[in-house]
Formats: sequence, structure tokens, C-alpha cells
Amino acid sequence: MQAFLDDWGLTLLTFLPLLGALLVIAIPKADEQMQKAVALLSTLATAVMAVLLLVWFNLDNAGSLQFVIDLSWIDVINSRYIMGIDGISLPLILLTVLVVPLCVIYSFKHFPEPRNPKAFLALLLILETGMIGTFVAQDLILFFVFFEVVLLPMYFMIGVWGGENRRYAAIKFFLYTLFGSALMLLSFLALFFLADGTLAGLAEANTFDMRALSGGATTAIARTSQIWIFAGMFLGFGVKVPIFPFHTWLPDAHTEAPTVGSVILAAVLLKLGTYGFVRVALPILPEAAAAWAPVIGLLAVIGIIYGALGCLAQKDMKRLIAFSSVAHMGFVMLGIATMTDFGINAAVFGMVAHGLITGMLFFLAGSVKDRYHTLDMSRLGGLLVQAPKMGWILGFCAMASLGLPGLAGFWGEFPAILASYNPAGILSEAVFRTYMVIAAVGTVLAAGYLLWMLQKAAFGTPREEFADSPDVKDASKHEFWAWVPMLVLIVVLGFYPRLIHEASDPAVVESLVVNVGDDVYDCLEIEDGTDCFEDLRAESAEKSNGGG
Amino acid sequence: MFAAEATEGIFQASGWFLENAWLVPAFPALSFLVILFFGKRFPKGGSEVGIAAVAMSFVFAVATGIQWISQVNSAGDDAAVDAVSSTWTWWVNGGIEFNIGTLVDGLAVVLIFVVTTVSLLVHVYSTDYVAGDSRYTHFFAFLSLFTAAMLFFVLSENTLQMIVGWELVGVCSFVLIGHWWEEKPNSDAALKAFLTNRVGDIGLLIGVAVLFFAADQTFSVLEINKMAISGEISHLALLVGACALTAAVISKSGQFFLHTWLPDAMAGPTPVSALIHAATMVVAGVYLIARLYGVFFEGFSIAGSSVNLLAIIGGLTTLVGASLAFVQRDIKKVLAYSTISQLGYMVLALGVGAWTAAIFHLFTHAFFKACLFLGSGSVSHAVHSFDMKSDMGGLRRWMPHTYKTFVIASVALAGIPPLAGFWSKDEILAGTGGWGLAGGTGGNGAYLVILIMGLATAALTAAYMTRCVYLTFFGEFRGHGTPHESGPRIIVPLWILAVLAIVAGWINLPKGFQLVPEGWTERFGHYVEPTADYFPSIAHAKPSWTLAVVSTLVALGGIAVAARYYFGRVRAESPMATEVGRGWTKRSRLASAGHTLLAKKYYLDHLYTGVIAGGVKGPIAKAAYKFNQEGIDKVVNAAGEKSVQAGHVVYDIIDQKVVDGIVNSSGVAPHLAGEEMRKMQTGKVQSYAGIVFVAAALLAIVFILVL
Amino acid sequence: MYVSQFGVLAAVLFAIGVYGILVRRNGILVLMSVELILNSVNINLVAFGALRDTIAGEVFALFVITVAAAEVGVGLAIVLLIYRNRRSVDLSEVDLMKG
Repeated sequence: MQAFLDDWGLTLLTFLPLLGALLVIAIPKADEQMQKAVALLSTLATAVMAVLLLVWFNLDNAGSLQFVIDLSWIDVINSRYIMGIDGISLPLILLTVLVVPLCVIYSFKHFPEPRNPKAFLALLLILETGMIGTFVAQDLILFFVFFEVVLLPMYFMIGVWGGENRRYAAIKFFLYTLFGSALMLLSFLALFFLADGTLAGLAEANTFDMRALSGGATTAIARTSQIWIFAGMFLGFGVKVPIFPFHTWLPDAHTEAPTVGSVILAAVLLKLGTYGFVRVALPILPEAAAAWAPVIGLLAVIGIIYGALGCLAQKDMKRLIAFSSVAHMGFVMLGIATMTDFGINAAVFGMVAHGLITGMLFFLAGSVKDRYHTLDMSRLGGLLVQAPKMGWILGFCAMASLGLPGLAGFWGEFPAILASYNPAGILSEAVFRTYMVIAAVGTVLAAGYLLWMLQKAAFGTPREEFADSPDVKDASKHEFWAWVPMLVLIVVLGFYPRLIHEASDPAVVESLVVNVGDDVYDCLEIEDGTDCFEDLRAESAEKSNGGG
Repeated sequence: MFAAEATEGIFQASGWFLENAWLVPAFPALSFLVILFFGKRFPKGGSEVGIAAVAMSFVFAVATGIQWISQVNSAGDDAAVDAVSSTWTWWVNGGIEFNIGTLVDGLAVVLIFVVTTVSLLVHVYSTDYVAGDSRYTHFFAFLSLFTAAMLFFVLSENTLQMIVGWELVGVCSFVLIGHWWEEKPNSDAALKAFLTNRVGDIGLLIGVAVLFFAADQTFSVLEINKMAISGEISHLALLVGACALTAAVISKSGQFFLHTWLPDAMAGPTPVSALIHAATMVVAGVYLIARLYGVFFEGFSIAGSSVNLLAIIGGLTTLVGASLAFVQRDIKKVLAYSTISQLGYMVLALGVGAWTAAIFHLFTHAFFKACLFLGSGSVSHAVHSFDMKSDMGGLRRWMPHTYKTFVIASVALAGIPPLAGFWSKDEILAGTGGWGLAGGTGGNGAYLVILIMGLATAALTAAYMTRCVYLTFFGEFRGHGTPHESGPRIIVPLWILAVLAIVAGWINLPKGFQLVPEGWTERFGHYVEPTADYFPSIAHAKPSWTLAVVSTLVALGGIAVAARYYFGRVRAESPMATEVGRGWTKRSRLASAGHTLLAKKYYLDHLYTGVIAGGVKGPIAKAAYKFNQEGIDKVVNAAGEKSVQAGHVVYDIIDQKVVDGIVNSSGVAPHLAGEEMRKMQTGKVQSYAGIVFVAAALLAIVFILVL
Repeated sequence: MYVSQFGVLAAVLFAIGVYGILVRRNGILVLMSVELILNSVNINLVAFGALRDTIAGEVFALFVITVAAAEVGVGLAIVLLIYRNRRSVDLSEVDLMKG
């Protein structure tokens, strides 16, 4: 089994959904049951695959890449088919393979107009391939391809199955993200030409291999170039996260997207951006990251406050939840900006927690819309009376989202705040402590808007117009079973966060300390790190000339 | 006696119950799950599960307590007894392992005893009180969760765990205040409580973060205390940490100026008010200070100073709360303000270094205040209202048990010997070290101002409780229908609490109290106050007979003034009256123009009732209340409104117009350009050809000119 | 060799062609004007080819002739179809491509 998984595990994991998509397309349009069955089965098969990988995953060695596949792919540009997972990607992969089947189950009874389950399910499956691929790719070009594969299915999902304003939202989403990716690709190319793979023990100087690039191949690049390259990646990933001020596509996309689209968008897609920071931007260019960190931190805390204020102004429940994503991803980014293992761990946890919690909130918003045909909070009310189960779940998720200790959200938020008290040595403590206070204020606002939403939607008595509406029923079986796993996980992770830390912690330490090399880490940990990097560069340049 | 001096050896306490204290919160936590998922299937709707679980917790808590006492006994007088902490790895971050676990020492034992006792009684009481409620099962589920969370909090081994418990009790409070969420005011009150607490939580998060890094990346309560005391943490870090944590205390324990949520929280069912908003949750802040006393003691330099943040906040709160209690019509709000005032006492005591006194007051207060709340619940059960002026009066005839227990608890609260409140309050007053007469009391500093605040509050407390008792139980019944005494499930808990309100004070008789054998004094302090090196060496004030007499006289004076007004003037006017009407005063003055003696008597009366009682009750308290409602409350509400407005501004203008505008305009610009260019597209071949030729000609000219 | 005479001839033909394209409304005449322009180019190609003593000029001229033949073929077919549909070959009426 070990050998099989080593050779085929990740390839299968990535492409099983795609295979499923092809099968779904091949099934005649009329045979809906069959399409549903195939879609569900292929997502489940993917999940089983992921579980197998988890079982054979060596947790004692979670820091290093496992199940590595390294085959030649595009020789001309020395881009290879490299895949591998470590403790950072593992939780996110598990999140993905959990969320997608739940979305498939949920969608069985909730195909938005204009139905067409075949296309819908196929797109969902292609989406899954893209997402998993991004999390396993270890070659920049491969990473980029998967990163972009995600875009199209989402575009169609919003554009075809979306709300009234879907075209606008879909195009905005597409162009915005594409704009970021274009610059990101430029940065990747610049890395290809400027980095020196020989420094990291490769035979060739020009390489897209992420392992080599984050393993010291970039130390000889001039500081200014590094900063510009990082800027490109920052835009590419930042739009996806989204960081303030690149967030404006998000509320529109969320508001217009069908429920399942919103869930996937919130649960996994946004994480591609933050994952990019953790996996690509930070380890590959630590020096530039340190230069950018105050800016990232600033934008993150602005996002926290700004997203919360945006929420307070909303009338539409779904839009409110969308804005809350901006605030929550701000916490994740703040954790990343501290450049400490503590902060990045918090970020990884925050990603998973936000995926579960906000995903759940979008499920609920979708179900509320199915029942009331509106999400205008001034018209809602009394959900607890009419649909007590849903009302309680909404309350539970609101509590989880506002960072209640004992539920998953807390472990993303609090450690991020904690980490910003003591950022990496190269960063200014005063600046980050200011960020800490602002972020802490953000937690109050978060409680404010979430409880306000809860009060509007769930408390009180139902409005007259809906009091006798036959559509308003409690959670159906499909909904309930799609939700239960996520709810359980929110509690379990909240009480035993070690489940994720066990895997992510060694990986974070590895990527931040071991992999980049002790010298780089030392530079990050001292106050005049800039000079330290300068010395390091001179040293590497010499080696690079001698070796290359 | 200095704690540090007594430390000759360290005695490590041990014992099965002490090491397995996690079982205490585990029972109610389990019962929460059982009630939540299966509660409706039980014959009594899940309440029996809750009662059984809390009873088990109670038994375990008592067993833990007994074991602790026996350990302290076997340690002897010379050895310091170290706390028992049992830990498990909770999570790992950056290679550092973080623990979850329990920390049992005298302080924790007192708290788990208080929490389980009151919780058990409230559970029993609730089976009658909320019987027939549509969410009966749900109510018990959250009572269980609350009990579990509170026990989890007090048994916390580290500050992170404390945050978890702290927030969980907050949520339970939110849910239970909003128990009848169909009414908007109730859910508003719940939101207000939660949000106000959240504001303080900023302080908690920051304080914990500061201490975490100051103490070399550990959350452990023992470690942080030890390092704070030994001076390994800089004074600045301690001061910042202590200030931040104080913010948390201010919101959670209803201290002045974030106290406004507590009276509103009375929107919840009365048993909830008794359990959460009187006896347990609101003392979480006090407990936090007590638990991390090393940080506060060193951070605020409590020893040898005469004023500090904690003492001032406590002192102000106790005065503000007591004066506001005067003008309430709602019996529960009187008790709520009284709770604020008493919490102020506790914080004040911690602020002046009277640690044991604060915890002792926490202990006694839990019983008599829970008794008062449950009593008010019993009353409202009978008259279906909380309004003392319009729906109560003369109830002593119909509700003898409620009346008796209420009076006992009131006297205890007022601080009349030998009931519980007297002993703890007196110890606090002595602990201020401000009593210079008769040789001083040797506290940590000379907190004279604080002592005066405390004494003033003592008088006020006695007076407003007199008013409350009169309006509720004396005079004529002003409500509708015939009131009736409550059933045994309400009466029995009341009597148990009333007995505790009498006797609870006797376990910590002052040291050197001449009327009892030496071995009977200061039992509470002996077992509860830590002696090991995680506790700062605080000075213990000497009890003073003169102070005890004075404070008793002050309290009696408060009662006398209020009684003179209510039992004298008001009752004389009419058994139905709730206060002396203004018109009567005027007429009386005019009518009694010739009766100088009488007038002079009245003048004296006026001084007592009109100027002192009326002044405090009238303008001062009203002004304070007005300030409270219109000043602070408005600010709190306005802060909420403003932030919503700010949200609108940010969203409508900045987000939608500026940020999004830029994005959209980048799309609009090509669109407009296209609109213009479109006009060139005539569709006629010849105009295209014309353009081509003109362009070619221009290019040719450029070509010729340039080359 | 008198290159300039050829140049002048070509320029005159080109100018006539341009005039015809821009001014005439008859589709056939416009096509003929296009032919004139192409031929003016051919003259230039051959003349300058001869001047520089290379065969490339003639070769290109042959290409142009071939393309012109094809173009006229297609062009006439289009004009014919337009005539069939509209009973007219007035180009000012043909503006289907108007944006």
C-alpha cells in the first residue's frame, strides 16, 4: 500500500474528481439519478483516497513532504510534475474532500435555476480537481495551472446559476482574479530566471521546483528584485484571499453565487490565496516577505475592522456573511504577517476553521433563502420559532464565527492576536502590537454584527408575511446530514485543536526554519535583519558564481 | 504573618479527588449533551439529569474540599502547601506544548463549592419556577452547560483555559438572559450583556498575550504568578498586563462604568439571575484577580500605597451601585445594583490587598444574594410582577417563608452581626488599613479614602435593603389577586440559603476574637489563602473592635434612617403609600405653621429623611441614575449606533463608491471609449477606405519627415 | 533608365484608383479602381526590380496579379449577390456592418 500510495496516491487524489466529471458528462442528460450517484461516488472515492493518505501519512515526519511524485513534464522550461503533501497541505486537502461531497449531497435537493444537474455536478468536480491540485503541487507552473483551473468552473457557476446580478458578479470575479494571476505568473517567471537552483543542490540553475526555491535558491537575488517579485505574488494571492482593498469582488460573487458555490468559495477557494502565501510567497522570498510584512499586517487589520464595519451596514444576510469573510481572513493574514511559526500555525488553523464555519453559515443562508425567498434581514425573524433546528444551528455558527473559545474559530483568532504581540525579530514590535490591539477591537465588532444578525433572523416572532408560509420548514434530512459533519468538526477542533497542530506545526517549523536554512531564519530573528540578509546574499552570490 | 515567611518547606498536596478534579465539571458537561439531545425523552424533560449531574459535582466538590483540608492539616503550620495541578497536552504550536488541566488549591475549592451548591439549589428551584415553560428542557441544558463552564473556569490550570471558560460562561449568560427571546427587549438585553463583556474581553486577550510573552511563553497560572513575584517579569509588563486584565474584570464583574449590562440582564429568568448574575459568573472577574494575584499585587504595587486602579474602581463601583439601588421600582434591579455594589466591595478588597477578605466576601455574598434573588423570584411567582411599587406590599402575611428568608438575607447583606455579611464586610474594611484609631490595623497600605467609601456603602446598603423589604413585605398589598406562598421546591432552597447566610460568616472569625477558642478563628483564611511561592506575601490587617462597632453602628444607622422614613412617615400616611407625596408635605408645612415643636420635629425628620435619605434617594441617586442611563448608557448605545453608522459610511461611500468605484471605472473607461469609437463604424466601405488612406498618408508624412 | 517616368505613371494610376474608391458609388467601379491601385503597385514592383537588377520584383508582381484575380473573382461574386438581393450596387446603401 505504501508503495502504491507513494507512486499514485496524489495523482489519483487530484484527478479522481476530474474522471468523475468526465463520467458525469458522458451520462445522458435525462438520467439525473445516475449523474448524482456518479458525482457523489467520485467525491467519496476522492475522500477515501485522502483518508488513505492520511492513514499512511507519517505524522512523526509531518514537516517534510511525503508521497512525493517527481516526473518530467515540460522539459523545455524545466518544469516538472512534482507533487507532495506535508502537514500544511494535509488539513486543507482534508477540508476540501470533506466540503465537496457535502456540497454534492446538499445540492441534490437544491439545484438552483436553471437546474441542469449534469453541468453543475461536472463543474463541481472539476473545481475539486483544481483545488486539490493547488494544495499538492510542488512546481510553480503546475501550481499555477491548478490555481487557474479553479477559476473557470466558478465563473460558470456564478454566471449561470447565480442570482439576478450574476453576469456582473461573475465577470468581476473572473477579471479580478485573472488580473492578480497575471502578475503572479510574471513573478514566477522572474523567479525562474533569477533564482539559482544550484544553490539548493539542483543540477540546473533555472527551475520552477518549489522545494528548491524555498530551500535557498533565491538567496542571491537582489533585494529590490525580490521585493518586486513578492509584490506580484502578493497581488495574485492577495486578490484571492482577499486582502483589503482587493476584496470588492467577494461580496458580489458571494451574494450572486448559488449556495453551493458560496460554500466552496468561502470554504476552500479563499484558502488558495492564504495557502499561496504560506507555501509559496513566504518560504521562497523570506527577505522580501519581511519587507512587506508590515504592509500585509496593516492591510490585514484594516480588513478586520473594515470588514466588520461593512457587515454592520448590511441588510442582506448573505452579503453580511461575505463581508465577515474579509474580516476573518484578516486574522489569517495577520498571523501570516507576523512571520513566526506561532502566527502561521494560527493562520493554518484559521483557514480550516473559517472554511468550516463560514461554509456552514453560507449553507444556512442558502437554506433561509429557500424558505423565505429573501435574505433581507429586516423582513426575517423568528427562525427559532418556525425552524428551531436551523435557528439553533445558526446561533451555534454565529458563536463559532465570532471566535468563541471551545469552538474552532477561536484557535485561528486568538493565536494570531497572540503572535502579533511578538512578531519575528526583524519586524517592528511597536507596529505589530498596535495591530494586535486593533485586531482585538475587531473581535468585539465581530460579536456585534454576528449577534445582530442572529437577533434579526432568529429571535423574535415570525413576520406576518411568513407566519403561515408553507415553504418555511425545519432543516430537511439532506440539509441536516450535509451539515452535521461540519458542526461536529467545529466542536471537535475547538476542544482539541491539537488535531491540526499535530500535523501543521512541524510543517510550519520546517518551512520557516529548517527548509529555508538556519542562516535565513537567524536573519529573520534579529532586529537588523536587513544587513544580515545583505551578508547572506554576498556569500550566496560568491557560491553561485563558483558553482554555476 | 507573611506568607513567604511561613514557607519553610513546600508540602505537595496530593489525593485522588484533588488530582481528578476534572470530573467536577465533567458531570454537568455530560449532562448538557444528554439533555440537549435526549432531554425531551425524559419524563421530567431532562431536569432530573441536570440535578443528578450537579449533585454528583457537588459531592465531588465537597470531597475535594475535605481532601484539601486534610492535606493542609497534615502539612502542619510551617510548610507551605503547594497547589495540585494535573495537566494533559492540549495543543502544540511552534514546538511549544500547551497544557489543559486542573489546578486545585484552597481558592479553587471554595469556588467549586460555591458554584455547585448554588447551582444545585437553583436547579431544584427552577423545576418549580420555570415549570410549564415551552423551553423547559433547553433551560436545563444551558444551566448544566453554565455550571460546567464555570467549574471549568475556576479549575483552570492556565490563563488560556480561563479565556475559554470565561467566554463560555458569557455565552451561557447570553442564551439564558435571552431565554424568552420572542420579546425584543430580552434579546436586546442579551446582546447588550454579551457585547459589553466582549469589550472587556479585548483587555483579557491582550492581558493574557502580554503575560504569556512576559513569562517566557507560558500560560500556566502558577508559573506566571511565581515569575511575577520573584521579579522575573518587568514591572512595566506586569502593570500593562494587570491594567488590561482589569478591563476584563470591569466588564465581567459589572464594575463602574461597564456595569450597565447587569441590571438589563435581569430580563432573564430569576433563577438565572441568582446563579449567574449574583453568585457565580459575575464573580469570575474577582476570581481572575485572585487567581493571578501575583500579577496584580506586584503590577499595581498594592503593598505600601494608598490608592490604585483596582481599589478606586472597586470603591467607586460600590458607591455607585448602592446609590442607584435606591431609585429602582423593580425588585430585581435593586438586587442587581446591590450585586454591583457588593462586587465593588470584593474588587476594592483585592485592590487594598485584603485577599482573604475578598474571597470570604465572595463566599458569603453568593449565599445571601442568591437567597435574595430566589426570594424575589418567589415573590414574583406570587404576584406575577417585579414592580415593588405597583404590585407588591404587605406580602409578609401571605408568604411567611419567603418573607423570613428574605429578611434574614437582607440583614446579612446589610452587615449586621452575627450574620454572614458582617464578618466578611468587616474584614474588608479592616483590610483597607485605613482605620488609624486604636493602634491601626496593619494592612498593606493606608487606604483611608477607600475605607470611607466602604463605610458609606455600608450605610447605604442597609438603607436600601430596608426600603426594599418595606415596599415588598409591609404596608398593604397593591397588586391584583391573592398572592400565595410558593411550593416546597422553592421554599426549601430559600431556607438552605438563609441558614447559610447566617452561619457562613462563622468560619472565618477574626484572628484574636476573644469570644471563641483560638482554634476556631480564621479557619477560612487558613485553608484558602495559598502559602506557597505562587502567592505574593501580603500583609494581614489586624481585626479591630472599634472598627467592627463603628461599621455595625453605621449599618444600623442606615437601617434606622430608612426605617424611620418608611415604617414611620410613609406608613403613617397610608398603608398603600410607597413614598411621601409632595402635596402632603406642602400642606403639612402650611397647616402646621403654628405647631413649632411639631414643625421642629418635622424639621429633624426632614433632615433625616428629606435631606439625607431623600437627598441620596432623590437628586443624587436620580442624577447618578440619570447619568447612568443617559450618560454612560447612552455612550454605550451611541457607540453601537455610531459604529453601525460608521459601517454605513465606510460601506456606502468608501467601499461601494471609492474602492469598488475604482474597479468599476476601470471597466467603464474602455466602455466609454468604445462608445466613442463606435461612431466611426459607419458600415460603409468607402468611409473605411477613406480612413485607411488618410492614415497611410499620415504615416507616409511621418516616415518622410523623420527619416 | 528612366525610373521616374514609371514612378509618375504608377502614382497617377494610384491616384485615379483612390479617387475611384472614395468617390464612385457603383460597386463594380470601386472594384475596378482597386485593380488600378494594384496595377500601379505592379508597375512600381517591376520598375524597381529592374532598377536593382533583381528578379524579386517580377516575382512579386506575379503574386499580386494572381491575388488580384482571386480578389476580383470573390469581389464580383459579392457584388453580384448584393445586386441580386437589393437590385442595386450602390455602396452607400450597403452598411450592414454599421456598429
